[in-house]
Amino acid sequence: MQDVVQSRKFAAASAHDSHPFWRAWRNIYPFVVVGGLWEAVAHLGVFPVQFFPPLESIAAAFARLTISGVLPHHAFDTLIRLTAGFALAAIVGIAAGVLMGRSRRAEDILLPLVSIGAPIPGLAYAPLFLLWFGPGNIPAIALVAFVSAFPVIYNSWTGVKAVKEIWLRSAQAMGADDRRLFRHVVLPGALPYIVTGLRLGLAQAWRILVAVEMLAAVPWGLGWLIFGAQEFLNTDVMLAGIAVIALIGLGLEKLVFQPLENFTVVRWGMIT
Amino acid sequence: MTAARILAERSSSLRRGALTLIIAAALYDTLARSGYFPQALTPTLPTIAHTLFTSLADGTMLLHAGATLYRVLIGFGFAVAIGLPLGVLMARFRRVENFVLPLMSALMPIPSLAWVPVFILWFGLGNTVSVLIVFYAALFPMLLNTWSGVRAVNPIWLRAAGAMGANEHALFWKVIIPGASPFIIAGLRQSFLRSWIAVIGAEMLAGSDWGLGWVIFDAKEFLDADVMLASLIVIGFIGFAAERLVFGSIERATIYRWGMARSARV
Repeated sequence: MQDVVQSRKFAAASAHDSHPFWRAWRNIYPFVVVGGLWEAVAHLGVFPVQFFPPLESIAAAFARLTISGVLPHHAFDTLIRLTAGFALAAIVGIAAGVLMGRSRRAEDILLPLVSIGAPIPGLAYAPLFLLWFGPGNIPAIALVAFVSAFPVIYNSWTGVKAVKEIWLRSAQAMGADDRRLFRHVVLPGALPYIVTGLRLGLAQAWRILVAVEMLAAVPWGLGWLIFGAQEFLNTDVMLAGIAVIALIGLGLEKLVFQPLENFTVVRWGMIT
Repeated sequence: MTAARILAERSSSLRRGALTLIIAAALYDTLARSGYFPQALTPTLPTIAHTLFTSLADGTMLLHAGATLYRVLIGFGFAVAIGLPLGVLMARFRRVENFVLPLMSALMPIPSLAWVPVFILWFGLGNTVSVLIVFYAALFPMLLNTWSGVRAVNPIWLRAAGAMGANEHALFWKVIIPGASPFIIAGLRQSFLRSWIAVIGAEMLAGSDWGLGWVIFDAKEFLDADVMLASLIVIGFIGFAAERLVFGSIERATIYRWGMARSARV
């Protein structure tokens, strides 16, 4: 994800001298080409219209569902699930990771469990969670929390361990007690890593949430919308749903990941 | 710290780690045996071990694992075969970059598994869907890492090689590819990890008759938690082995041997 950020800076710098119109056009014309190809294939009738709808019917489905409030409701529920699961993961993950970084005993106890749980793809637990918690919101949120907790734990742990010994000792020499040491030295020192962990965790949560919604048979949610539309061969609704997913993903990237990265890298002058 | 002390500390860590696992296993087993939860939902450890052993012995688990690996390798192979050259082209030619980059930024935030229902409609249930989902999941990390890797090659190396009379061909194979290799290997690793997650999800949603994801999902219908847990162990084992053995050894054979630091983040 850092690569994307760097690339964007580079692209912005290189296009700086050209006119804003050309800059915008450069970003738009690939979509015009691909959209044109799509339209051509859809209108030529190579595939049945039901399976390969032209762009205007996808847009119509999008507008229809947005106005009737169905699409916003689905999107809202997905976002709530993402937030709830991720918040849970952040709280538990940071607590566990910091504890592991500060106490050798906690590290010895928790690290084997984390190393065993981490390599299994989170989605593989989905049926097990469904079996244990029944279908609905609880397994979906629990699974999202479970999956995104691993990067948070791992990075918080590394971050606390990466705090320089000399900072700790000099703070102690200047008479900092444990609480002040933690608040003013350990936490700021580990924060860039913790933020990286949060970012990775959120990205991971986002990648599996849609699939979890399909599996968990929740009443609302974008994943469920797409999966349900498949039964009725509503390809236009499915693609409209995917467009919303793309928009939310882009929004997460622009409004959450990038500001978080700038916040830490710029403010602390550290490269995570 | 003396060596003896480090050794002592390490062995005590090992002891505590093993103790944790034993205690966790014992806790789970007592919970499973207590009858507080239905036996079907929380099978005891010997039951899980027995299921794992019999399914390995009669070959069904191996067939499932084989089917999953087959899908992963085909999708991943296509992703590498397309992502690697395209990434290099993007980094070398402005025109390609201008075309691919906007499309990539629009498609990348869509989780691969969101496409499963669409692909099922288009291609029907079966292998094609899983392979395509794996391809989609693996393509972007590969593309992105190759592209940044080639661009991160130190321009001084390029100029030095050029000054020493290297032609385009030699420049590409002797300077650019080795120079970008830490990124490319990080890309391979990340792509494989994503493929491994994607294939399990795709098999659950678009399940055919074989595959580890399908087994887990199918076991839910019959309340076979022991089959699910046994398959989970196999999935974790394969993922772990691929990560440590395959990519670890690729790394050792290339970028460590060439003395390049691991500059890419996984």
